[in-house]
Amino acid sequence: MLEGLLVGLSTAFSITNILMVIGGCLIGTFIGMLPGLGPMSIIAIMIPIAIGIGDPSAALILLAGVYYGAIFGGSTSSILINAPGVASTVATSFDGYPLARQGKAGKALTVAAISSFSGGTIGAVLLLIFAPMLASVALLFHSSEYFALMVVGLSAIAAFAGSGQVFKALLMTLVGLIMSTVGEGALFSLPRFTGGLMDLQSGFGFITLAMAMFALPEAIYLVLDPKRSQQEGGSSGEIKDLRITRAEAISIAPVIGRQSIQGFLIGVLPGAGATIASFLGYAVERNIASKEEQEQFGKGSIKGLAAPEAANNAACTGSFVPLLTLGIPGSGTTAILLGALIALNVSPGPRLMIDNPDIFWAVIISMYLGNVVLLILNLPLIPYIAKILAVPRTFLIPFILFFTLMGAYIGQNNATELLILVGFGVAATILRFADYPLAPLLIGFILGRMLEDNFARAMQLYDGASFLWERPMTMGLLVLACLLIALPTYRARRARLRAEGVADAD
Amino acid sequence: MALDRWIALIFLVICGVYGYTAFFLMDVGMPPFMQRNPIWPSTFPKILSLLGVICSFVILMGFEKGADDPKPMDINYRRLTDYKLGQAILLISLMVLYAFSLRPVGFLASTVLFLVLSSATLGERRFHILIPVALIAAGGIWYLVQEVLGIFLRPWPMGF
Repeated sequence: MLEGLLVGLSTAFSITNILMVIGGCLIGTFIGMLPGLGPMSIIAIMIPIAIGIGDPSAALILLAGVYYGAIFGGSTSSILINAPGVASTVATSFDGYPLARQGKAGKALTVAAISSFSGGTIGAVLLLIFAPMLASVALLFHSSEYFALMVVGLSAIAAFAGSGQVFKALLMTLVGLIMSTVGEGALFSLPRFTGGLMDLQSGFGFITLAMAMFALPEAIYLVLDPKRSQQEGGSSGEIKDLRITRAEAISIAPVIGRQSIQGFLIGVLPGAGATIASFLGYAVERNIASKEEQEQFGKGSIKGLAAPEAANNAACTGSFVPLLTLGIPGSGTTAILLGALIALNVSPGPRLMIDNPDIFWAVIISMYLGNVVLLILNLPLIPYIAKILAVPRTFLIPFILFFTLMGAYIGQNNATELLILVGFGVAATILRFADYPLAPLLIGFILGRMLEDNFARAMQLYDGASFLWERPMTMGLLVLACLLIALPTYRARRARLRAEGVADAD
Repeated sequence: MALDRWIALIFLVICGVYGYTAFFLMDVGMPPFMQRNPIWPSTFPKILSLLGVICSFVILMGFEKGADDPKPMDINYRRLTDYKLGQAILLISLMVLYAFSLRPVGFLASTVLFLVLSSATLGERRFHILIPVALIAAGGIWYLVQEVLGIFLRPWPMGF
């Protein structure tokens, strides 16, 4: 482990990679501030550039930098103009925006930056400890366990989708899986479901799909509803007094500590991610705060600001654990990262630590670097960065559309890809109208090939489906997957029955 | 019937067609040596189509009760005409047009046109800023893609 750490250190501290971290953080912060562009859209747009770099560790470091930058940028816009670009920073605006309204925008941004920094750093330390452990356990897995593990991951994503959403998320996952079977798979070397179209021979492009699911619907939403990107008057342009007092620092320190660990653990779970971590962090801190502090929550409490910020950054780091150790993405963002890795000829999973220790460790080390860069680069730059919020939407939207088109085009060099992009983008927008979650579709699409490969390998090894019950771990995992799907439905049902006074109150 | 159930119906049909292909059309003409394999190219799609049919059926029939309160931040599709629907449709058509013009008209001209027209659609009238910005962006991206990333993009119209 120490050896790997040193390899990682030397890789991460090369000039190129440091530049990648800095560049990624800056780009992420800038674009992440723009309302409506969340980390997923930004990473999707950045992928062609990252793949163009060619070196997998540099590309992954760049994308990871963009990821933290975007999260931080998102908090900045939710504090300054109450326009959370992403769901995971909604909780930040609860107390961040009131603080900005009181003229304490500088202080709020400092608290946010320090909490994010601590959350990210504590998360990175935990990742350093847990990832190798998990990876060494995962090495014992065979293809049948992999198959079962992916089924667990996919059902967990559906299970965390929220009340009334479980079957929608499941259906979206299945649609993603179905889409992954289109084209010529590695396994059978014959085209499936192409309908005779040459353009579908190699399947749907992953970048195209990522753009169509996230960037395009967001842009269409921005067009449909001009108020989405508009500033609400009231925030003063001047940002001064970035300092926080000693008493304030002491009061938020335990909050940050608690929420970093809790956020990390939530981030590790597939499907939970930064959004749930931040809301849960906010709720937990409000509940355990003293009476008079509880009054302050929602009116500009710095504890209420520190909690979601620490939690969502720790969760972002946590979501790298399943990606790097099992090769299973837990969120839309890590799913996109996984796709990028595969495009760069790296297969994430327990072998990653052994086959490509430089990539594995460099990414982890670069997370520390990224957090430091965010803190020292962005704090003094915040007043200037905030000016980007003034870009008018008449310029912003055409450029978002253009970058999505370019991303899909240069990936495949094929104009048909653009039509597929627009078609899927419109379909995704309609799905969003009807409250269908889109991340499961992309995760299903990316995992589809691997799921089928592992399933096929296990089938061939056991000459049939007997591995499902002959291998205890496989069976255990599959039972867990069934429980994960059944539990939310069962609980919702019981809650409803209890409300009607049918079920006994146990 | 609410939109989500209409969508479930569409997915039900898609899964049905997909399943029909997997169950009845794909295995026809499979070479004999493959038939001895425990797994066929159609095995996985068969499972998927069955699960897909079940899931879309559950949503279609509304078996799963959810939270009824609509989210405040999102768009209410029932009153879509209250939003800038025309602009959105125009922009989508512009994107389709861009896809068709990229080859015959060349990257530079079609990009500048796309940026200017879509900006104008959104109500931008300061063409003295808009056109230079679009020119610089198109040229800059072309340079990046062609020279830095090394991917060929036809810059000029066909015939040049």
